[in-house]
Amino acid sequence: MTNLPARAKFATAMLRTAATLSRVSGRGDGSVIGGRVGLTIEPRLLSMLADGRHVALISGTNGKTTTTRFAAAALEAAGPVATNSFGANMPTGHTTALAKARDAVNCVLEVDEHYLPQLLIDAKPRVVALLNLSRDQLDRAMEVSGLAAKWRTALEQAPDVPIIANADDPWVTWAAGASRNVTWVAGGQRWQEDSWVCPECGKHLDRYGEFWRCTACGLTRPTPSWSVEADTVVTPEGDRVPLDLRLPGQVNRANAATALAIAATFGVTSADGAPRLTSVKSVAGRYAVVRRDGRRLRLLLSKNPAGWLEAFDMLEPRCPVVLALNAREVDGYDTSWIYDVDFSPVQGRKVLAIGDRRMDLAVRLQVNDIDFDVVDDIGAAIQAVPPGDLEVIANYTAFQDIRAEFDRVN
Amino acid sequence: MSTSILRLAWIYPDLLSTYGDRGNLLVLAHRAESRQILTDSLLVRSDQAVPREADVYLVGGGEDGPQALAAEKLIADGALAQAADNGKVIFSVCAGYQIMGTSFVASGNKHAGLGLLDMTSDRGPSRAVGELAGAVHPQLGLESLTGFENHGGRTYLGNETAALVPQVSHGIGNDETTEGAWRGKVVGTYLHGPALARNPQLADLLLAWATGTELAPFDETWTSQLRAERLAALAHH
Repeated sequence: MTNLPARAKFATAMLRTAATLSRVSGRGDGSVIGGRVGLTIEPRLLSMLADGRHVALISGTNGKTTTTRFAAAALEAAGPVATNSFGANMPTGHTTALAKARDAVNCVLEVDEHYLPQLLIDAKPRVVALLNLSRDQLDRAMEVSGLAAKWRTALEQAPDVPIIANADDPWVTWAAGASRNVTWVAGGQRWQEDSWVCPECGKHLDRYGEFWRCTACGLTRPTPSWSVEADTVVTPEGDRVPLDLRLPGQVNRANAATALAIAATFGVTSADGAPRLTSVKSVAGRYAVVRRDGRRLRLLLSKNPAGWLEAFDMLEPRCPVVLALNAREVDGYDTSWIYDVDFSPVQGRKVLAIGDRRMDLAVRLQVNDIDFDVVDDIGAAIQAVPPGDLEVIANYTAFQDIRAEFDRVN
Repeated sequence: MSTSILRLAWIYPDLLSTYGDRGNLLVLAHRAESRQILTDSLLVRSDQAVPREADVYLVGGGEDGPQALAAEKLIADGALAQAADNGKVIFSVCAGYQIMGTSFVASGNKHAGLGLLDMTSDRGPSRAVGELAGAVHPQLGLESLTGFENHGGRTYLGNETAALVPQVSHGIGNDETTEGAWRGKVVGTYLHGPALARNPQLADLLLAWATGTELAPFDETWTSQLRAERLAALAHH
């Protein structure tokens, strides 16, 4: 790690002070405001703090916070890790993460999809993991093809940076194709509504199970070096490494495989990394289990159709489920995406709709012929089910509202 | 209907499916089945022929590239124009709506549409994103239209086509004044939401046109609350 010039040192000190003040005054964890202060004093602070360190970047529509947590846990086998574990995934948050743990040579940063090109330049990463791309907050975000093109263009400028990419996602495959150095992971993609056609030529993709290919131009699912089989990760060497995850769902086993692939580029073997993933029990409240009045609630955060499909896969059989929907600014004001999700996996259970937009959910569930009740909030939902387990699926601000009810559980 | 099953054809979901467009198909199927009308939903990919014998055709939204490709294929296919001539029901949204006109602009180029609605579309000065509402053309006898628009286009109606909403009360719609269009049984709108979930009377109008029968009542407990909530939210702004 190189020594910082005086201005950058001052910027780092002010960043820490601002973050601390923000945190003790109860305004959150201070990552964003700290980074803003630091970058105002020294606009190059992020690249200066990254200089000489080994940085992994993780981006994609879904799973980036969890994969970042997994990768950081695995990498701790090789010493302390700097990471933006609070999900502050823009340059302000990255700057804070790097400033706070100056002694950590290894860094794992979750990156908002739109900022990946900038981070490729500023952080000079040792490795970049690309998880998936799907429709998300379409009323304000770029559409999937636009985002994939942005990634591809950025990777064309950095063709030798090692990439770890999800072979199951055609858009990710296409974007990563600009790189000369890709390690493919069978990262899964239950959601296929955004990849009917070939990203390269626009013709139809044929699919057979997880395989996909374009019969017109030949773009094909690359053969993955890393994959998941039942509860094991299969490494490029063919080793089967058992996973003992506390987080549910096939998607988290795939996230674990990606995290171990990242760790491998830092010299951490999967045999050393995998046991450390067991320590991850919840991620900023996601997957946390909280208790009230004899009910045991598991909190699942899902922000878009692909995420809701994955969440349905995690539900315990027959367990009642709360669906919570808001449409505030960060959620996107448009709720129509709930019609892109097939709700039949919740059929046959007790379903409760809450959130600002619970009437949208009610109409959606009626169209899907699902029995449900609409109640005012999470408190009413808890009272509406018998003591025992209760699953909760919520989109972003709906999740934060529920989390606030439980002392901002992490 | 030529048989006892109502055939719903969703045109080119591979090219034109954004913002919950599938919802319009689901809503029509659900509201028909609830009235004991059997339905068959056909998903017609853009490399397949458009069926000539469907009762309702749905065309959704999409990005510029897929929109231009879809228009080209639909013109070459010919079935949709023939369906309109035969008095079949066509419900189109956003990019699909623009395709129903005589021309539209995608990726900076002017493209020919199907010409089923007398209108032309162009790019607007800014993107129209947000809730839209307004009273529906009195001849259709429906409650106010409500939905969510998200498009960069502006649409100008000719004499042969009437506006679905002659005067919007909120939102941009076609041109900051009118929204949507209809001629015969061809209807188009910029609204997602999806439109037929938020406007059940419009859904029933399409079903009544397609079946030629009056529909039994439907439990509107949730749809009416959703509509009331969305329209009230606009009043607060």
